[in-house]
Amino acid sequence: MLRMWRVGLLSGLALAAAPAHAFIAYVSNEKSNTVSVIDTDTWTVTKTIKVGQRPRGIDFTRDGKFVMVAVGDDDTIQVIDAKTQSVVDSLPSGPDPELFAQDAAGKILYVANENDNTVTVIDLEKRARLGDIQVGVEPEGMTISPDGKTLINTSETTNMAHFIDTTSRQIVANVLVDARPRFAEFKHDSSEVWVSSEIGGTVSVIDPKKHEVIGKVTFEIPGLRKEAIQPVGIGMTRDDKTAFIALGPANRIAVVDVATRKVTKYLLVGQRVWHVAFTPDEKYLLTTNGVSNDVSVIDVAAQKVIKTIQVGELPWGIAIAP
Amino acid sequence: MIRWLAGLIGLGVAATSALAADPVAIGVGYLGVAGTRSTLSLVEQPAENDGIAGAKLAIEDNNTTGKFLNQRFTLEERRIREGEDPVQAATALAETNGFIIADLPADALLKVADALRDRGTLLFNAGAIDERLREADCRANVIHTAPTRAMLADALGQYLVWKKWSRWLLVVGSHDEDKLFADALRRTAARFGAKIVQERTFEDKGGARRTDSGVTLIQRQMPVFTQQAPAYDVLVAADESEVFGAYLPYRTWDPRPVAGSAGLVPRSWDAAQDQWGAIQMQNRFVKLNSRRMTALDMQAWTAVRMIGEATSRTNSGDVKKVTDFIKGPDFSVAAFKGTRLTLRDWNLQLRQPILLVDGRMVVSVSPQEGFLHQVSELDTLGYDRPESKCKLK
Repeated sequence: MLRMWRVGLLSGLALAAAPAHAFIAYVSNEKSNTVSVIDTDTWTVTKTIKVGQRPRGIDFTRDGKFVMVAVGDDDTIQVIDAKTQSVVDSLPSGPDPELFAQDAAGKILYVANENDNTVTVIDLEKRARLGDIQVGVEPEGMTISPDGKTLINTSETTNMAHFIDTTSRQIVANVLVDARPRFAEFKHDSSEVWVSSEIGGTVSVIDPKKHEVIGKVTFEIPGLRKEAIQPVGIGMTRDDKTAFIALGPANRIAVVDVATRKVTKYLLVGQRVWHVAFTPDEKYLLTTNGVSNDVSVIDVAAQKVIKTIQVGELPWGIAIAP
Repeated sequence: MIRWLAGLIGLGVAATSALAADPVAIGVGYLGVAGTRSTLSLVEQPAENDGIAGAKLAIEDNNTTGKFLNQRFTLEERRIREGEDPVQAATALAETNGFIIADLPADALLKVADALRDRGTLLFNAGAIDERLREADCRANVIHTAPTRAMLADALGQYLVWKKWSRWLLVVGSHDEDKLFADALRRTAARFGAKIVQERTFEDKGGARRTDSGVTLIQRQMPVFTQQAPAYDVLVAADESEVFGAYLPYRTWDPRPVAGSAGLVPRSWDAAQDQWGAIQMQNRFVKLNSRRMTALDMQAWTAVRMIGEATSRTNSGDVKKVTDFIKGPDFSVAAFKGTRLTLRDWNLQLRQPILLVDGRMVVSVSPQEGFLHQVSELDTLGYDRPESKCKLK
C-alpha cells in the first residue's frame, strides 16, 4: 500500500513536471494483437497491451476514461481502462467489427460489421445492442456529422457513402464514390464530407445537404505508378484549412489545401500508411505505417516528419487521449 | 426500448422498399460444360458448381448494391453436355440475358462469340487461358477475366528469377495444353533470363488416377524419372492434364523444389488469399457455398462484379451502355488484389496480379518488385501491346 502510494505520488510529480504537450497515443497493431501506448512527450512506447485478435478501429470514449478497440477476429470491441492500461470489458459489436463512430454525448456507438453488411447500434452505458442497419457490401468507414444528426458509413464493395439519419436510423441517401471507399471525415463546419477511395485512388468531396459529389482530390507523385496511390485515413485541422491524407503503399501523406482541394505537399512517412490522428493541441499528426511497423510524427505547422517510433506488427489505427 | 428501436429500424427498411418503382432487371447467363475433370489430388477435385458459385456470390453482392440503385441482378445457368451444340445453348441464354459468363474450351467459346456478335450480347471468358483467344483469335465481344498461360508463366518466372533459381529442369506432359504451357514457360525463361537446362517429356500412357497402393509405385517411378539431370535449381512442370505434376514434389532424384503445375503454382486466386480485405469475401463465399473459393470461382465473380460496377457507374442496365463503359478508359474494378484491375484495351484482357500458391499459403504475388513497365507493372505479365497480334472485330 505504501509502495503504491509512493508510485502514485512519483507519477503525479512526473506528470506535473512534464511539458504541456504530453499526450498519450494508442496504436492498434493488427498482426501482433496488441495496442502500443505512446507518450508524446518522450515519443517512446511506454506500454504494450495484449488485446484480442486482429485489432483495428480504435477510439477513446468521450470522457477520455476508456479506449475502445475493435478486435475483428474475436467479433467484439474490447474496452481498455486508460488509467490501468489493461482490457476491462467488451461490447456486443456483431461479427467482425472494423471501424466505429460514437455520438457527441458518447452514449451510442455505431459499428461497421464487414461480414454481414450491417451497421450495429450499441448503447454504450448499458453495453447493449440496440439494433442493426442494413448497408452495402463490406461496410467500413464511419463518421458522424458535427451536429450529430447524420451518420456516414462507406461500403467497400458497393462503393457508396450511405447517409443515415441517427434519429430514425434510416438510410436517407446513397452517394456513389470511387472504388473501395475506406474512410469518411466531416469538415468541422459541416459543409463537406470527404471520403477516401483506396482502389479508386481519389478522395470524393460530398455536399452533405444535396448528397452529391461536388469535387474530387486527386494525387500524382512523380516516379510512382498510379496504382500505388491508395488514400485511406484523413485528418482535417480544426480551422478546416488543411487536410492530411494517408496514401497507403505510396508511403506518403498528402497535405491538401481544403479550399482549393489541391495537394500542396507530399510528406514521406513509413510504408503503407493507413490512419492518422492529431494531438489535441494540433501541433503533431501521428500516422500508422503498416509495413514498416512504425508511427511517423509530423510537425503540423512545419509540415515535416520529425520522428519515427517503432510499434508492433502492422500498426493500423490510432487514437490520442483528449 | 430495445425492441421498440429494432422495430423502428425494420419499419424504416420496409417503407423505403415500398416506395421504390420496379427495379431495372439485369440478366446474367452462365454457360459451362457438364461434368468435372479429374485431378491427381483428391483435395483439388473441382466441385460441380466450380465457377458458378463465384458468379452467385457476385450476384448477391451486386444485389446488395442494387437495392440502393433500384437494380436487380439474376443468374441463369446452362451446362453443355458432350456432343451438344454450344451455340444453341448460348442463343437460348442470350434471349433473356444481355451478359454471359462462359467457362468453355477455346473453340466452343469462339463459335458462341461469333454467333452472338450481331445480337450485342457481351461475353466474359472466365475459364479459358488460351493465348490465341487474346491474340489472333481475339473478339470484340469477349472480355477475359481468366488470365492467360503467358501471364501465369511470367508470374511464376519473375518469382523464380527473383529467388535466383534460374536453372530450370522443364518436364512437359504429352497433351496439347501441356505443350502450350511449356511454350509459355520457355518464353518466360527467355524474357527474364532463366535457363532451361534440359527438357523431359512425361508420356501419358493412360491409367487410373485413383488406385490402391499407388503411392508405393509413384515413390519408385518419380526418382528414376528425374535422375541424371544436369545441375538445376528448380523443376518446372507443365502438366495441365493432371497426369504427373502432383507426383513430383518430395520425389525428385535431386532434392529440388517443384513449380509450375505442382508445388509452387501460379493462379488468379486461392482459398488461402486473405490480404487486401479478401478475408471478407472468402467468408461470404464459404457462408454461401459451404466450400472454399477457387481461381475459377474468382474469375466468374470478377466478371459479374465488372457488370455490377458498370451498371452502378452508368446507373443503367442497358447492355450497350454498360459494354461501352467497361471497354472505356474510366473503367476499373476492385477484386481484393491490392490494386485496381483494368482492361488491356487492345485485346480486352483483364490486367491482374497473379498469386503464387503452394496449396496451403500464398507464397508471393507477382509482378515482383523490380519488374518495371512504362504503363502498368501488371503488363510485365503476358503479351504486351507491341507484341499483340489481336485486331478486335
